[in-house]
Amino acid sequence: MPIVYPHKTAMPCRDPEERRHSWDEVAEGYNVERAIAEARRCLSCQDPVCEQGCPVNVPIRDFVRHVALGDFEGAAATIRRRNLLPAICGRVCPVEHQCELRCVLFPHQEPVGIGRLERFVADWERQHGNGGETAAPEVWRDQKIAVVGLGPAGLTVASDLAQLGYPVTIFEALHAFGGVLRYGIPQYRLPKEIVDEDVAHLKALGVEFVRDVIIGKTVTIDQLVDEFGYSAVFVGTGAGSPVFMNIPGENLKGIYSANEFLTRVNLMHAYAFPEYDTPIHRPRRAAVIGAGDTAMDAVRCSIRLGAQEAHIVYRRSEKEKGARAEDYERARDEGVIFDWLTLPKRFIGDENGWVRGIECIRTELGEPDQSGRRRPVPVPGSEFTMEADVVVIALGTNPNPLVPRTTYGLDVDDHGCIVADRQTGATSREGVYAGGDIVTGAATVILAMGAGRKAATAMHEYLQQRAAEKGAHDEHHDALESADLRDGGSQAERDV
Amino acid sequence: MDTTARIIEKRDLTDITKLFVVHAPLVARNAAPGQFVILRVTETGERIPISITDFSRAAGTITIVVQEVGHTSALVCAMQEGETFLDFAGPLGLEVPLPEEGHAVLIGGGFGTGAVFPLARKMRSRGVRVSSIVGARTRDLVILADLLATESDELHVCTDDGSLGYHGFVTGRLEELLDAGAGFTHCYAVGPMPMMRAVATTAWSRGLAAMVSLDPLMVDGTGMCGGCRVTIAGKSLFACVDGPFFDGHQVDFDEADARLSTYKEQEKLACLLTGPGR
Repeated sequence: MPIVYPHKTAMPCRDPEERRHSWDEVAEGYNVERAIAEARRCLSCQDPVCEQGCPVNVPIRDFVRHVALGDFEGAAATIRRRNLLPAICGRVCPVEHQCELRCVLFPHQEPVGIGRLERFVADWERQHGNGGETAAPEVWRDQKIAVVGLGPAGLTVASDLAQLGYPVTIFEALHAFGGVLRYGIPQYRLPKEIVDEDVAHLKALGVEFVRDVIIGKTVTIDQLVDEFGYSAVFVGTGAGSPVFMNIPGENLKGIYSANEFLTRVNLMHAYAFPEYDTPIHRPRRAAVIGAGDTAMDAVRCSIRLGAQEAHIVYRRSEKEKGARAEDYERARDEGVIFDWLTLPKRFIGDENGWVRGIECIRTELGEPDQSGRRRPVPVPGSEFTMEADVVVIALGTNPNPLVPRTTYGLDVDDHGCIVADRQTGATSREGVYAGGDIVTGAATVILAMGAGRKAATAMHEYLQQRAAEKGAHDEHHDALESADLRDGGSQAERDV
Repeated sequence: MDTTARIIEKRDLTDITKLFVVHAPLVARNAAPGQFVILRVTETGERIPISITDFSRAAGTITIVVQEVGHTSALVCAMQEGETFLDFAGPLGLEVPLPEEGHAVLIGGGFGTGAVFPLARKMRSRGVRVSSIVGARTRDLVILADLLATESDELHVCTDDGSLGYHGFVTGRLEELLDAGAGFTHCYAVGPMPMMRAVATTAWSRGLAAMVSLDPLMVDGTGMCGGCRVTIAGKSLFACVDGPFFDGHQVDFDEADARLSTYKEQEKLACLLTGPGR
């Protein structure tokens, strides 16, 4: 085995003290020299196992090889064969659980920085390349596709099917496109210009964008099919409904779901109030409950909103946290305080209904539960009170109920997730496909993209089959009609 | 699919209360009594929920009544016929369940009067007897009584200062009617929070459940943010997807009232920066 430098090439980040007050992107990305140096750490394995860790099977070895040779255009083209959103994935994918986890260098050395390289290539392409423009489809088809919700799953389906020549319409409930990429992930981690560019690419492919339409309310799926003539529908409405703790005091002022807190900040620009009209309660002492990616986003936003102290409160230990390693470290560098093994029991308010603190109890870890993680057990007598004037509850989300509630014959499971075939995204309704968080429950951007890719393939097959059946039917019909004409058959007979 | 929402008619109901007839066929086609829309007027603007006062699927219109109470509502009230909303999304919320028979009393306070109108029309079309009570501080602020009268078997107007109709609150009139044996089987109230609370208390004390339309702070209006959560019979629900109508005597009004004041300071600042009422 060749000698490989044991550590990933460092990616420059802005100074933690500076970024506590700034919404600009934290990680600056590789320059050309660093990218090539990092790409050269790759062993170009004959059997690139890293690629099996990627839900959309990016040809990782090949694109990294292009980077090592300084052929960034080739690298970009290689990634684009499988991944339409490399600038986004290179920033938000939990690579340490996916491709990088499988890198053969690991665990003796640090894995190749695949995520950082993907980001570098995507950014290089944004600056130098043709921006990922795609050629016009070979055939134009007439079967209309409706994509419900424009998050990562919907983006992928829309792009794949538009490139196959289908007329695609995207329906978005909010006033801006991108789903969680828009309202959930903050600017400092994913600049919104990148989401805008990806949306612009889709527009260039001829995809129709309709905002302010809530499928299930404004128009139902049944109406899309029966009245608006859509041949197939993809539902990618995400896991939109926030989970609360159901403990006393949860509706005090100053307590937000992570969805609300992040939506106010990201979608509505509340950090720029009063230049923007949407307000937010600026924290002095923030407590964020949970330790996943969303919790890290919320706690780092609260620092940028001016919190002097910002805590993560989590009932398990550091080991069980769900957040990406990189974001966890950055949160720590920015001064976040982590209260592990701490379970909130109730919220304490003042006489005006504002939250002032949280009564917590310490926990210790017992036997593993269903999720495989060790169950937190409260330690009797360890109660204490933590001060907080803003609390954000980041304990996950449930599927949004609007589509399941209003669509005839669409099966959902006990959690309210749409039941869909894992390989094809097919639901119990013919012609209706689903993927992303609405099927799996809250997961990751790249998994949603993977589900979108599979669904797009299956939808294409389904539509071709339908078109073939229709063609056969029309031919049959034509044959009958010409036979009728020959036989001088009457109108009445033909109608039978 | 066209989502343009254009104002085709604007009427001044009072100095600060405007009625807009909006051509928004996509919103009108599925609209039902009790629902609301979310709208936005500027690129830097808030999303605000507004009750649907009337809708016509045939004409493709949604009628809304907006009262200037803060920065965004002032921006809306300044809009003119022919202008379009930047965003006009809906219909949102659940259709309010209405009876097939009986005698319903509808109570509208202030600019909430508009929102009870579609309930009256639907119930009358089913043969339900409808009595309406509308109230305002003074005669000039009584709105839409004429409209509501067209779908009511009887209409009672109340003013706090006695300048028109019954002298007193809507609850006073409701109490009189109930005590006189009006025989109401159903009750619906839309208006300011203190009025809905008082109606719910009065009605419940005489064995009648009042359905009230809650109007908490919202961001998306589609069940995503949870900012509109209200406690109903001890359970936290989202007004945007589980409501907006709830059984009034099960509502935790203290909490709902407190939550409404979350951004009082910011609202003051916004109004100050943009000039009074603008």
